[in-house]
Amino acid sequence: MTAPSKAAADRLGRLLNLVPYLLARPGIRIAEAAADLDVTERQLREDLELLWVCGLPGYGPGDLIDMAFDGDRVTITYDAGIGRPLRLTPDEALALVVALRMLAETPGLANRDAVERALAKLESATGELAGAPVAVRLPGDADRLGTIRGAVERRHALRLKYYTATRDSTSERVVDPMRVLVVGGRAYLEAWCRMAQGVRRFRVDRIDGLVELDEPAAPPPQARLTDVTDGIFRPTTDLPLVTLRVGRSARWITEYYPCESVQETSPDAWLVSLRVTDLTWACRLVLGLGPDVAVVAPAELAEQVRDNARAALEAYR
Amino acid sequence: MFQPQSVIPPRVRTHKRTDAARFESVSRTRTERLVNLVICLLSTRRFLTAAQIAATVPGYEHDANDPREHEAFQRKFERDKAELREIGVPLETGTSSVLDTEAGYRIAAREYALPDIPLEPDEAAAVGIAARLWRHVGLAAAASSGLAKLRAAGIDVDPDATLGVEPVVTVDAAFEPLTQAARERQEVTFTYRIPEEDAARIRHLRPWGVVCWRGRWYVVGHDVDRDAPRCFRLSRIVGAVQPVGWPGAFTPPEQLDLISYVARWSGPVERTGTATVLARPGRAAGVRRWAEQVVPSPEGDRLILRYADPEGLARWLVGYGADVVVLDPPEVRHAAMTRLAEIAERHAAPLPVEAEARRRVRTAP
Repeated sequence: MTAPSKAAADRLGRLLNLVPYLLARPGIRIAEAAADLDVTERQLREDLELLWVCGLPGYGPGDLIDMAFDGDRVTITYDAGIGRPLRLTPDEALALVVALRMLAETPGLANRDAVERALAKLESATGELAGAPVAVRLPGDADRLGTIRGAVERRHALRLKYYTATRDSTSERVVDPMRVLVVGGRAYLEAWCRMAQGVRRFRVDRIDGLVELDEPAAPPPQARLTDVTDGIFRPTTDLPLVTLRVGRSARWITEYYPCESVQETSPDAWLVSLRVTDLTWACRLVLGLGPDVAVVAPAELAEQVRDNARAALEAYR
Repeated sequence: MFQPQSVIPPRVRTHKRTDAARFESVSRTRTERLVNLVICLLSTRRFLTAAQIAATVPGYEHDANDPREHEAFQRKFERDKAELREIGVPLETGTSSVLDTEAGYRIAAREYALPDIPLEPDEAAAVGIAARLWRHVGLAAAASSGLAKLRAAGIDVDPDATLGVEPVVTVDAAFEPLTQAARERQEVTFTYRIPEEDAARIRHLRPWGVVCWRGRWYVVGHDVDRDAPRCFRLSRIVGAVQPVGWPGAFTPPEQLDLISYVARWSGPVERTGTATVLARPGRAAGVRRWAEQVVPSPEGDRLILRYADPEGLARWLVGYGADVVVLDPPEVRHAAMTRLAEIAERHAAPLPVEAEARRRVRTAP
């Protein structure tokens, strides 16, 4: 479809919604309706102007859509037969039903009951579309998440015992919770970390201990929620770049970690580059991947891997 | 009734014809014609032929005897019908009596209208939150236009409602074509690349449905080439999903549990083995947090671990290098030692390799 026709289609959809919307809200202020419908007041007036000249064949005064204006308020007094919104398209039904299933499956949710009731009503109303062939199962510890969500809602600070994988260490810290997120099947607590003096995301499955403090959560004004649209870990170019020669059995890392580049140089050796927050973490990664992986760069990492493997062998003797 | 002229002009179709307003005006005329077409076809019980519609709905006026004008009308009418169908208007085609020689059009109000969905305020709030979850452009647009229809039906949605936990919903590009194919029961073909395999392969699938399992999307269906049920990870589909043949080409099994097909491949594991490892004091926190028991000893802490697969346990423990030593069982200890020796061997030579080495040579004084 060309752009003008797409714009026309969008407008047609909007207009067909507008009559029932106003019909359900007699005497609504035009400014309020515009804000609610996310259009400018001017656009809304133009839409009303257009509807004003539409109606039933005959197109006489009694056939046209009629509306009454009272100052800045509007009431539809005759709908010419388009008083109900158009039914949901299969894509609309799918998008809403799947998102609700996703919510209903989210561990630790508040008012899950409302989500399930809404889902049931939408599924029954959309009839055969409800057979949306999509099923959702999210993992997670509902109790743990419920506790964390409770603390977020009560706006209490938390003392966490948290395992940091990049440093392979567990530490205690006090955080000011901001929100709970589920991204890619994993739950995270986003909070202001008083120890790091910054906003951090804590993987819920790495929170080993949790105490809700009798102290209000007070994230400072500079604490901002992170845009997680592109995932939780978005490597930046200031992080060390690690290049590995990867054999077949370890190719899965290219699906699991965000990679900067993957060169399929030969079936036995892919050249994979990825950014890491920490070289000692990279060393644990390489050791864990085993002999099917060799460090290409940096040399420092190759030395760390060799020295660590030799020291470990020494410990076995 | 109070109708100030300043708010709404009199009902005449006089549009500004300035250059700037020209496009706006064309699209306005078109939208107006489409709204009138919808109202006209909703109001009729008889099927109306194209000629009857042209004689009724403003904007289709033309001289039917002039071939060029008539052809222009037909093109316009075809485009308009396509547009109505595009936004989901259920346009019916048929004849009202056996005497009619030409098919006509109408819209059944029952098919057109959104059924009544009596949502409570907390339910409406949940739908509002759900509609915001999509990060995928197409589905986000579909969710928000669906929500707009519910609100048009009189449902008020609290924009500030929250459920405390926000799932961030992302889908792969193959999601939309696969859900559509599953809905329409149409066979598809796509190129599928598993990292462990060296070449991508063409697959043929009768898709039953799409599953989100542990944050990843899969399609489940009947693999035509293997003649058996299979699931495929959406992120491994390379390029476009192509529909094959016609909709309604197959019937999925009765009482289908989509999740069970995916869960079968990646279900929970039974940890029946017990291993003892020695951890250096204050190190290997990642291993300690899985220990069933920690026993301090002069050489370090003895950790008792439960495991399912000895090889897998050895692989994981080797990641912690010299911080852990497997004491028992011998098979895990042996596997860990073998791996460590191979890793050390693999990295034995200093790195005179590739880019790193060349870069060093070049930058040397």
